[in-house]
Amino acid sequence: MLGAGQAMLFAALAERMYQLQILESGRYLVLADENRINLQLLAPQRGRILDRFGAELADNHQNYRLVVIAEQAGEITATLDALAGLIEIGEGDRRRVLRDIRRKHPFVPVVIRGNMSWDEMARIEVAIPELPGVAIEQGLTRFYPLGETAAHAIGYVAAVSEPELNGDPLLELPDFRIGKSGIEKSQDAELRGSAGTSQVEVNAFGRVVRELARVPDKPGKDVVSCLDAVMQEFLVRRCATEESVASVLLDAVTGDVLALVSSPSFDPAPFAIGLTPAVWQKLSTDPRNPLTNKAIAGVYPPGSTFKPVVATAALTAGVLTPDTSIACPGYLELGDTTFHCWRKGGHGSLRLRDAIKKSCDVFFYETARRLGIDRLAAMARRLGFGGVTGLDISGERPGLIPSREWRLATSGTAWSQGETVIAGIGQGSVLATPLQIAIMTARLVTGRAVVPRLVRSDGVLPPGGDRIPPGFPALGVSPEVLALVLDGMNAVVNEQGGTAYAERITDPGLAMGGKSGTSQVRAITEYEHEHGLRKIGQIPWKERDHALFVGFAPVGAPRYVCATVVEHGGVGGGHGSEVAGPICRDVLREVQRRDPARRVPGGDTVAQLHPLDWSPPRASPPGG
Amino acid sequence: MTSFSADVDRSEPRLWQSIRGISWGLILLICAAASFGIAVLYSAADGSMEPWAAKQTIRFASTLILMMCAALVDIRHWFRAAYWVYAIVLALVVAVDLRGFVGMGAQRWIDLGLIQLQPSELMNVAVVLALARYFHSLSSEEIARIRYLILPVLTVGVPAALVLKQPDLGTAVILLMSGAVLYFIAGVRLRYFALTAAAAAAALPGVWHFLRDYQKNRIYTFLDPDADPLGAGYHILQSKIALGSGGLFGRGFLQGSQSHLSFLPEKQTDFIFTTLAEEFGLVGGLGLLALYSMIIVYGFAIALRSRNHFGRLLGLGIATNSFLSVFINTAMVMGLIPVVGVPLPLISYGGTAMLAVMFGFGLLLNVGVHRDTRLDRSGERRLG
Repeated sequence: MLGAGQAMLFAALAERMYQLQILESGRYLVLADENRINLQLLAPQRGRILDRFGAELADNHQNYRLVVIAEQAGEITATLDALAGLIEIGEGDRRRVLRDIRRKHPFVPVVIRGNMSWDEMARIEVAIPELPGVAIEQGLTRFYPLGETAAHAIGYVAAVSEPELNGDPLLELPDFRIGKSGIEKSQDAELRGSAGTSQVEVNAFGRVVRELARVPDKPGKDVVSCLDAVMQEFLVRRCATEESVASVLLDAVTGDVLALVSSPSFDPAPFAIGLTPAVWQKLSTDPRNPLTNKAIAGVYPPGSTFKPVVATAALTAGVLTPDTSIACPGYLELGDTTFHCWRKGGHGSLRLRDAIKKSCDVFFYETARRLGIDRLAAMARRLGFGGVTGLDISGERPGLIPSREWRLATSGTAWSQGETVIAGIGQGSVLATPLQIAIMTARLVTGRAVVPRLVRSDGVLPPGGDRIPPGFPALGVSPEVLALVLDGMNAVVNEQGGTAYAERITDPGLAMGGKSGTSQVRAITEYEHEHGLRKIGQIPWKERDHALFVGFAPVGAPRYVCATVVEHGGVGGGHGSEVAGPICRDVLREVQRRDPARRVPGGDTVAQLHPLDWSPPRASPPGG
Repeated sequence: MTSFSADVDRSEPRLWQSIRGISWGLILLICAAASFGIAVLYSAADGSMEPWAAKQTIRFASTLILMMCAALVDIRHWFRAAYWVYAIVLALVVAVDLRGFVGMGAQRWIDLGLIQLQPSELMNVAVVLALARYFHSLSSEEIARIRYLILPVLTVGVPAALVLKQPDLGTAVILLMSGAVLYFIAGVRLRYFALTAAAAAAALPGVWHFLRDYQKNRIYTFLDPDADPLGAGYHILQSKIALGSGGLFGRGFLQGSQSHLSFLPEKQTDFIFTTLAEEFGLVGGLGLLALYSMIIVYGFAIALRSRNHFGRLLGLGIATNSFLSVFINTAMVMGLIPVVGVPLPLISYGGTAMLAVMFGFGLLLNVGVHRDTRLDRSGERRLG
């Protein structure tokens, strides 16, 4: 009886073992592996960003942090005291370290100091043999050799924010950084690479016992940007003379953005580490908006730089011929509204070429009136206004080209002819970004629907420049019309009496054409019309006009376009040429000097690269 | 005392006869189980003889000699010494209470320098020895009377209470259960068992009151092991994971992740069966249980072939003791019963446990060697 009882109990044991080890074995095997195997992600090294010639715009720099492993350190306070003799360790750091050590397993490294200077690291390194448990760990931080210079175009990286988590475990790594703006953001997928994994066996206390398997990480690819670091630096330096500037330098043929400046700028490096509240406060409350990329996201009334658009539309529509003469008495009366010309006494009777050259407002009021808003808006859109140009970084704003539908939708009223008239000089509701003004000019000089780009998918620029021009579709504007408009823009700069004659480039073969503009920030009062404008010094900075200029060069075979907006840089009643013009002039001269086609012996000339066949405008010789 | 005289005595073997009479098969089984245990200890130390396997080997070897000695001594000496052994062990248990030191949350050890003696482990054998002698001396009429049962109940009850107070729930349970089995074999009327069971059931709430918190937790955990997987339920969950992941053939010698990475609690002592079953699987686990079954069956066979009542009771008691230890230990690690601290005989690391188990087997072998010795009520030899 006893034996039978014991046999039964043993049978129960066997049955239980069968249940555990056979029937539920799979489940427990998984649990056992979950117990022991930890998957650790190996963060890939972020790709570099290069300029068009291969110079580094963004790189990863090693940084050094000081860690202590408690179980190897012995008496931790003694260790900290010893370290305090070598580098500065604040009371707060000390408390944090001691707290971290209490909370964490004794084999987990605790950071004493991040981002050590080379000097500090050297001092610790020497003393390390006497400091058990103390180690220097290496990490990578994003480094921007140009600093503030190209911050808007290149962008910056920062810690992943909550909404950006998309399930990719890489993003959850505490040290991981992703692109937040500019090329860093638009090319994040390329630059990021892919994570490797390390399967490690851990024991019940979480200590890594050994590595089971390792899939190496794939480092991110280098991204080549269209920027020319030298031109970028040049443009930044040139813009620094003014308070707040946005400027774009384009290769008109390829659409490559050679320089993109929004001044003042910001230092992108601290974003990777984490901004202090003070820095953030300073950046975000600055009235000059250092964080906004004004070259693509600043919208301004284009002012007189819009006149070539009106001219192109009118010539194409046939409401104007080169010989059409319009009288400017200094104002245009439409119904009970009077539209003033910038020149109080008027320009007298003039034709298109002189109207562009002298930037006569009345001529373009009248032209716009004859043209009508529909045809004007259509041409403006064709030339790149009223919508994003398609630059390959985010943040571009579309600006505004008003239309009847827009007026009805926004204010519920019908379009009035007065609005057409004021749009004729790029004021009123018309809004454009500096990039759009540059693209407009690039399209006029090439006759093609040029699209800008900041990233060169075709890699670093080969010696001698790009051979095959990109296949932008034709604009559908006749070359004769374009030639007439460009001829007018040539006259603006290169003929005596042109509004930007003072800004002409005198170097032989480098002459530019262009158009100045002033956009009103506030309406000129009736009082001012009668008693003269206030002196510039009397107007608060925020209320001063914006000064604009767009130029192209060389004037005979245009290759480069530069558009510049100097915020509140307008001298009362003057032209944008006075402050914006010199910036464009200097940049266009410099970029032509640096032209890769010139730098390579036997390379193609600029003219040969030009894809268009149109007769050069009747350009006067520079200085003539 | 002329038992070793040269006169011809069929029932009292000479030394060489005694040696021949030893159940070498049983010793072989014991060695097999112990070797298995040493191998598992070797694995539990990540493939090293230190710190457990080497010590365990020495202990097994020395207690093997002790076992042979215990087997060869005249059974009448054991009969006479029974109460003395019991008294000494009981005194040691009391001594533990007086000057034990705290280890593992329970006062169980006396530090004798060479070994840390855990007297409660020895109590099992001592109680069986004492009861066997007591019941041997009673006639069947006396056993039927309740006043003759007072002494054996005290014999079990006093040490059980002391051990429980230490607290060592596992040993106490084994003491009570092996005592009950001996009463049963000795012929105590079944109605007393029923009475005791009823009384025990009534006393249960009181007992619960006396349990320590951790013992209560173990019972809660047994009733719902998943309730607190990182707390009290952690050990039994990890133990089940180790067993389950072993599968049919196990993860291989030295390959058990649960034990090697310290997920298993007490992997070298109370939970060693899990370590074994993780690495050797169902086959290894059942193999060990089969080994135990054979040892126990051997024990029963030896006991039943003894011609004296003392030997029968002693043999059955020892075999039952072994069975209870094996069952409680393995059922515990499989989550069938609450966690009580009971080592696995011959396998678990521990000096006193090995000493007690081997001493018990020595007595069992002794019963086999002296199966033909007849003892009268007073323990003197009756010529046959």
